[in-house]
Amino acid sequence: MSHLLDIQNLTVSFPGHVAVSGLNLAIDQGETLALVGESGCGKSATALALMRLLPPSARVSGQLVFDGQDLATRSPSEIRALRGSQISMIFQEPMTSLNPVLSIGQQLVEVLHLHQRLSPAAARSRAIELLDLVKIPEPAQRVDDFPHNLSGGQRQRVMIAMAVACRPRLLIADEPTTALDVTIQAQILELLDDLRREFSMSLLLITHDLGLVSQWADRVAVMYAGKKVEEASASVIFDHPRHAYTRGLLGTSLHLANDLHYRSARLPEIRHEVDDQGEAHFHLSTPALPKSQAALESISPVLSLEAIRTHYQTPRGKLAAVDGVSFDIRRGETVGLVGESGCGKSTLSKTILRLLEPTDGKIVLDGQDLAHLREAELRPLRHKVQMIFQDPFGSHNPRHSIETILDSVLIVHRQGDKAQRHQRILEMLDHVGLPRTSLKRYAHEFSGGQRQRIGIARALILKPSLVICDEPVSALDVSIQAQILNLLVDLKRDFGLSYLFISHDLSVVRYIADRVLVMNQGRIVEHGDPEAIWTSPQHPYTRSLIAAAPVRKSGERAAA
Amino acid sequence: MTTPTLAHALPAAAPSPRFGKLSPELLAFVKNPSGMTGLVLLLLMFGLALTAHWFYPGDPLDMAGQPFVRPGQDPLFPLGTDSLGRDVAAGLVHGSRVSLLIGFASVLISLVIGTLVGTLSGYFGGRVDDLLVRVTELFQTIPTFLLVIVIVAIGQPSVALISLAIGLASWPTIARLVRAEFRALREADFVMAARSLGYSNARIIVREILPNALPPIIVTTSVMVATAILLESALAFLGLGDPNRVSWGSMIGAGREMLRTAWFLTFFPGTMLVLTVLSLNLVGDALNDALNPRLRGVS
Repeated sequence: MSHLLDIQNLTVSFPGHVAVSGLNLAIDQGETLALVGESGCGKSATALALMRLLPPSARVSGQLVFDGQDLATRSPSEIRALRGSQISMIFQEPMTSLNPVLSIGQQLVEVLHLHQRLSPAAARSRAIELLDLVKIPEPAQRVDDFPHNLSGGQRQRVMIAMAVACRPRLLIADEPTTALDVTIQAQILELLDDLRREFSMSLLLITHDLGLVSQWADRVAVMYAGKKVEEASASVIFDHPRHAYTRGLLGTSLHLANDLHYRSARLPEIRHEVDDQGEAHFHLSTPALPKSQAALESISPVLSLEAIRTHYQTPRGKLAAVDGVSFDIRRGETVGLVGESGCGKSTLSKTILRLLEPTDGKIVLDGQDLAHLREAELRPLRHKVQMIFQDPFGSHNPRHSIETILDSVLIVHRQGDKAQRHQRILEMLDHVGLPRTSLKRYAHEFSGGQRQRIGIARALILKPSLVICDEPVSALDVSIQAQILNLLVDLKRDFGLSYLFISHDLSVVRYIADRVLVMNQGRIVEHGDPEAIWTSPQHPYTRSLIAAAPVRKSGERAAA
Repeated sequence: MTTPTLAHALPAAAPSPRFGKLSPELLAFVKNPSGMTGLVLLLLMFGLALTAHWFYPGDPLDMAGQPFVRPGQDPLFPLGTDSLGRDVAAGLVHGSRVSLLIGFASVLISLVIGTLVGTLSGYFGGRVDDLLVRVTELFQTIPTFLLVIVIVAIGQPSVALISLAIGLASWPTIARLVRAEFRALREADFVMAARSLGYSNARIIVREILPNALPPIIVTTSVMVATAILLESALAFLGLGDPNRVSWGSMIGAGREMLRTAWFLTFFPGTMLVLTVLSLNLVGDALNDALNPRLRGVS
């Protein structure tokens, strides 16, 4: 039987680097194929090549046979007729992929008019049907809403409605749920799966998240550095991965199902080396657990919050982003804070850092209340609490070299003379595993994982007692996540730190935290030790979070 | 085990031996051909302005020969003379003084006011912002040229007053630009990091935010110098320029009526204007690239 889409020997190159090289891939009618790989592996370039949406600087060779015709040789107008009607695509970022000045109805009508020549009235009623199909409540009312009236998940539903408006035969979903909360992710994937069956579409699901794939894909293709390293049916990949890189990905990705904890186990790290023949080799290694897990934890709290409330002034009045939060962090303890976007966890961390002033409540750090101190009084205390930011790209001044970034921290706090500062910076680089040659380089010259190491170095160079980690690994690739988490565990021991570890990812928090707080709508709804929370969650919100987390179909302990 | 994941992303830096001692910013600028072209052109203009009295020691407004000598007709007046017999070449050379002086002085004034206002209002927000935005808007609602005319008409037209007038009338552009940049960058993670590290406001403004806000400021500034030169030309054209000084604008203004009969009276000062504006734009673009480590590139 001939395939719906048959990619043969696809090569995409940009000036200076090859994004995809010699890729062969086929999708059958009604099938879900998952294309998995880390950022920069060429998976998105493949999708854009199919849509012929690559920038003009890209050179494409190979055959892209869709339903018997080669997409690579079609004229631009023929491709335009195919886009949206035969092949559709949804993108990662629902916040920016809808036009903010048109109502969602207008945007749907535009697609319908373009490809199906429906009359305005017919197109509008079809648009309402489509919104109903993607399970937007009260579609007849919502059709005139603008994108800013909708939540992220709803916007992604609208994007999906636009993509399937003309019953395409192939739907390409490029990281469709990456920007969404866990509870929404599962719903969106379920919707895609329903639509695939209803329209007997084929689905090309592009993702970096192996855990996500197992539930929904028929077949999985794993890409690394522009090449396909393995392709097999989903069950085979998860139970008997052949390629070392796939095994590495499976081994390094954390899952709720495995009960690793930082006190008893290290995370396996994936490393690759290129040998003399230019062949990439992958190693999966688990660093040894240090012999003495010194019990640094003590009873005295390094930080205690008492009924913290932080309000935001909005046009509709005051909004309590943090609404009466109290907890302690003991010295040497890692407290995990779990919650979805908008739950107030970022506001809380900014309040603790006193980048925001709380409306009331107390922030007691080492016995001193910070809640209402003035900036000048805070400055000498600031070195005690530091933060590691989520975004490894935005958290460094692009105009400063690494040396300047680290040095100015020491200069501001009047730490030592030039030679002493230099020495301290070099030691810090060693601690976070960056080569000493990094000093004169700028943040943009580093990979995401390396930038996060720079951020960690900046946070630790003042020897703080408490570090707030705000989603420190969620912007990183799976294989890098394990390295950074292991590093954080090491540094905690070496520097005697306490962490407030904020994440939406339950499996990460389960691994790293001594105690877990679950936050929802500005309040702490549940707290306890990680094991107890996962096995017997008390609050309905916690239960819904755990239920929504992706679970592997089989072989949970595969290749660890 | 080696960690090639770290090593391969860091190719050894190979500074070119010839420029080994230069800072990376300067190096990038020197290597940029269009930037260097602009700089050479701009320096030529400055050189011309500084050495004007060597080439043409007398007053360029003096009658030097027959009126309407065409370029090339008389070796004494290579670019011809105007309706009053004044030497066009002498006017060009001396005119560069007034045009460049007013262009740069006025933009310096608006840069200082605009950056100050924009920084304070964008960084601190709240009441400071409300107040400063009102002031900015007050200036913006008055047409720039009208304001310049009013200020110049109140006093005696002189180069200093004209510079001040243009500077006072055009700072809102810079202020709004700087404010917008600061508002966006104020919330950036690296500024949050700087605040949490206990940096002072002054340090955050000067060291963290300002360098990142520079590119649009530099580009706008180079365009504004050009606009200021043109504004002065327009003033001179209306007869509100400094009557005792020749400028490119006054020459164009005077030659305009004879555009069809004596094209060279407007063509040569016009060309100087275009070349100056072009060189400023080239230098501005090259500076922008050179100051940005990302565009400067690794090698």
